[in-house]
Amino acid sequence: MSGAVALRAERIVKKFGNVTALDGVSMHVARGEMLGILGDNGAGKSTLMKILTGYHQPSSGQVYVDGAPVALDSVDRARGFGIECVYQDLALVNGLSIYHNLFLNREILRPWPFRLLDHKEMRRRAIAALEDIGVHIPSVDLEVGRLSGGQRQAIAVARAVASNARILLLDEPLAAMGAREAGLIIDLIERLKARGDIAIVMIAHNYAQTLEICDRIMLMQHGEVTYESAAAETSPAELLEIVRREYRAARAG
Amino acid sequence: MATKTTEAARGPDVPGPRAGLPGRIHDFLLRPEASVIVVAIVLVIYFQFANANFLTDANLQTLSQFIAAPVIIACGEIMLLICREIDLSVGQVFALAPFVMEKTHDVGLPVIASMIAALAVCAGIGWIIGFITIRLKVPSFITTLGMLFLITGITLTISRGFPADTPGGPLLTNLMGNWGYAEFCWALGLVAVMHIVLRHTRWGLHTISTGGNAVAAAEAGINIDRIRMGNFILTSTLGGFAGLLEAFRIGSTDPLAGGSNIMFLGVASGVIGGTAIAGGTGTIVGGLVGGIVLGVLQDGFTLQGINAFTFDIIIGAAILLAMVANIHLARLRGAGTA
Repeated sequence: MSGAVALRAERIVKKFGNVTALDGVSMHVARGEMLGILGDNGAGKSTLMKILTGYHQPSSGQVYVDGAPVALDSVDRARGFGIECVYQDLALVNGLSIYHNLFLNREILRPWPFRLLDHKEMRRRAIAALEDIGVHIPSVDLEVGRLSGGQRQAIAVARAVASNARILLLDEPLAAMGAREAGLIIDLIERLKARGDIAIVMIAHNYAQTLEICDRIMLMQHGEVTYESAAAETSPAELLEIVRREYRAARAG
Repeated sequence: MATKTTEAARGPDVPGPRAGLPGRIHDFLLRPEASVIVVAIVLVIYFQFANANFLTDANLQTLSQFIAAPVIIACGEIMLLICREIDLSVGQVFALAPFVMEKTHDVGLPVIASMIAALAVCAGIGWIIGFITIRLKVPSFITTLGMLFLITGITLTISRGFPADTPGGPLLTNLMGNWGYAEFCWALGLVAVMHIVLRHTRWGLHTISTGGNAVAAAEAGINIDRIRMGNFILTSTLGGFAGLLEAFRIGSTDPLAGGSNIMFLGVASGVIGGTAIAGGTGTIVGGLVGGIVLGVLQDGFTLQGINAFTFDIIIGAAILLAMVANIHLARLRGAGTA
């Protein structure tokens, strides 16, 4: 089902002063595969994500894209390797239309001399890009502030895909969403997975939901990976038990 | 699976653009400028009925001269408001610019060169405001409050408190403001240019993004500091340019010209026209119409013989009313019903 490993991180350590946020974390994800990273606040999920997007640099450890070692020393650099992160509620500009958001900072301009925005072409391509991943919105002219949370998330994902994301990082894509809205995003993620050319990493809190949509899961606690499993071979109850055991051990130690 | 579409996204709660004439009227009324355009038309009709002198050439000239400077200043302030900043000192730059022109002309620069020197000084002031606000992280409200006093002091110092005559031959003087409608033509031209900048260039889109969601803009790779800096420089330069036009029209400059009054008229024009103080949205055309409404009110009530004290009451009430209408229309727009 899964293709070649697209993204691999080996023994990533990240220290902020005296605090060790990540203590030798390794992970990998293949094309057409979806990895879920679970853990409580402060477990290091977000720090790991920020290293993968080039926002933070690791204190030690190595990241590989398509098997080649890379230095993700800036967000632009990571983007150059096809790594795109979708942050919930942070991604879109409410006052702009859907098509302007899809082309934010990648605007299409008319030819010389005036270099004005080519609204028509951006509209046309936005419609095609949404069509391509099967997201149906009544009109790309709508301001994104008028859309529901699920629709906004779909637009944010569409933008990442339209800008040639090959490694898609999703930050809590289903948080604070109703069942219908979450269903919308899950459908979209399933379609992206089915394309087979995109590796997806999702960080989340909700065990049941994550096990349902991911192929593999990783459990992070206090900066380490404490458990890893195929999603089909574990259960929310088992994960909860592991978290409790670790918690008791940490308190005893 | 791959061809299945997300039908759930076709929510009934999100209306698309409507067809037909009623639909177009509906869409127009939901635009932020709409309410103020209607108000402007109603006011013009009212004052023409109340006083037959309203739509005469002489009065229209007076009116256009009153409107021009606030509208030019509004063009800058609207860009700043959209990216969640404000410039309170633009009225002082308005007063300073003609003196820089006159002093540099006195030391031997040709008039055109001294105009450029004046605008360069204004741009420099905008840069300083931007530097203090962006790099030293002082809110622009405070930065420009300080600059307001500082620039007044500089203007008074270099002018020694005396008015100065505006240099320039008759052609230049006429072109730059002495001809009755010259100032207004400049204002219209700048409105057209700034409208295009806001709606049809990357700069405009990135200005909206900076105010609407700075994190998202920065995430997308937009240099939001550069956008804010550019708009500070733009606002100061436009303020200085409006000051030069005023100096050419009157033929001399008072060191206390413009000031906070003209700055507030500029900001009020923008806000009445539909630009949100909270940032992220705004309209240049609305700023023009807002300026016209304020001018028509001032001029119309003057013709009616209402005194200046009452005028302030009316302007205050007009701003409050416009904002109430603005916020509630925005809520209707947000809900997608009207």
